[in-house]
Amino acid sequence: MTAVIEVSGLTKRYGGVAVVDGISFQVEKGEIFGLLGPNGAGKTTSVECLEGLRRRDGGEVRILGLDPGNDGHRLRQRIGVQLQETQLQEKLKVREALELYASFYPDPADWRELLGRWGLAGKADATFAKLSGGQKQRLFIALALVGNPEVVFLDELTAGLDPGARRATWDLIRAVRAQGVTVVLVSHFMDEVEELCDRVAILERGRIAALDTPSGLVDRAGGEYRVRFRPMAPLAVQSLAALPGVTAVSRHDAQVTVTGTGDFASTVTAELARRQVLVADLRIEGRSLDSAYVALTGRTMET
Amino acid sequence: MNGFSMLAFVETKLFLREKAAAIAVFGLPVALVIGFGLIPGFGDPQKGLSGQIGTEYIASISVAIVMAILGLNGVPMVIGQYRERGILRRLGVTPVRPLTLLLADLMVWAAAAIVSVALVIAVARLAYQVPAPSAAGWFVLSALLGIAALFSLGLLVAAAAPTARSAAGLGWLLFFPNMFLAGVYFPTEDMSAVMRRIGDFTPLGAALHAVRDSWMGVDPRPEYLGIMAAYAVIAGALAARFFRWQPV
Repeated sequence: MTAVIEVSGLTKRYGGVAVVDGISFQVEKGEIFGLLGPNGAGKTTSVECLEGLRRRDGGEVRILGLDPGNDGHRLRQRIGVQLQETQLQEKLKVREALELYASFYPDPADWRELLGRWGLAGKADATFAKLSGGQKQRLFIALALVGNPEVVFLDELTAGLDPGARRATWDLIRAVRAQGVTVVLVSHFMDEVEELCDRVAILERGRIAALDTPSGLVDRAGGEYRVRFRPMAPLAVQSLAALPGVTAVSRHDAQVTVTGTGDFASTVTAELARRQVLVADLRIEGRSLDSAYVALTGRTMET
Repeated sequence: MNGFSMLAFVETKLFLREKAAAIAVFGLPVALVIGFGLIPGFGDPQKGLSGQIGTEYIASISVAIVMAILGLNGVPMVIGQYRERGILRRLGVTPVRPLTLLLADLMVWAAAAIVSVALVIAVARLAYQVPAPSAAGWFVLSALLGIAALFSLGLLVAAAAPTARSAAGLGWLLFFPNMFLAGVYFPTEDMSAVMRRIGDFTPLGAALHAVRDSWMGVDPRPEYLGIMAAYAVIAGALAARFFRWQPV
């Protein structure tokens, strides 16, 4: 594996205040790397230093071996970027936007194909002003990909998309990665990061509070979680309390709730299987990046 | 097509899609020439206009209006919007620099001004037999310097104003005094000596004088050409110095 992005000690100050305070990480080729954190944590500023849009005050950055500060022009030919809160010219048509941006790159993708893949074929002749929020967002993702980039930076990928479109977008991003493209995702959505990212850096006040795979972060956070189910046959629930990791068992009408730590959920389901008790409505609760985030940073996301 | 020519092509299409702008730049000047030309006797030399033919005088005014509308309204408004909407920022992460868009736009707008001036000359000639500018070389130089001066001033407005709205407002604030002092609303021949002198030093005033003179076949006073060149260089340099590529 080769590092496509190498960041060490990246610092950016505004008026003497470090908004990004010495962060370091590496991203491997073909990875989907997430930057997660509340608003104002320095996520966007960090990626904008990587893209060469902002000049860093300290640290080293190499993207595809290039320094965005000195080699910006060569770098921009090989990266794709979706920025937060940008607009296009109101009367610019979708096809014109893609064709225009394709002309900026030495080896662009087929913009007609992108049009279809991102569900914009029916809107090719619509002007930017006439697009819905979701269509604008998909156009910006398509524009980030039109240059056939090796690295894509996506800032708040699914902002403004409805739940169905979010899922579809995630699938498309996985398809982009399958072509060997490295993806850096800035997000404040836990589900998105958990769903897509191979590794995540949690940013807090300009520093990396934790960096791991989503499941690694969940494991590291530890803490109790619950397994709920309805047994389909009589079950002496108190016998489950003796299993390793289980801290409490309770029963409310037909529903059994087992609380525990570590890998107790597999132990409980294995025990149920051994006793040949079928269960319905099996649910595992609380074991998510969401709760891990609270455990690791000591606070909820302020979004 | 490379990035610059694609940008110029797309921006030309966008310019023509703005109906109001296209009418103001191509329709209004021609309409003025046609309208005033209908006044009986306006095709003769006018005593109150230093002996200039009335329709030729109106054609010169139309040239000045084109420069003022594009330079003081079009340039600050569009560039202000492009910055505010993040279009310049978005270009900043492509291999094409945001400056390329500004240059493409300036080229498109200058071309629009030249086309409009050519239309005015053609319509005045076809409809009212107004002769084409006699000192052709001086006329071309005067018109180009006028475009450069007013566009630079527009760029400075775009650089100084924090938002698109304030850029448009500041543009209007320069537009009316310029039009007034240049003699677009009433001829400088009717102005007091002081007012006329002040008008000489406005970019539009210098442009209109130079355009009128060269249309009549008189060499424009070097002073007017110098004033226009000074605005172009100084306002342009200040704009380049203080321009912000992204909203503050």
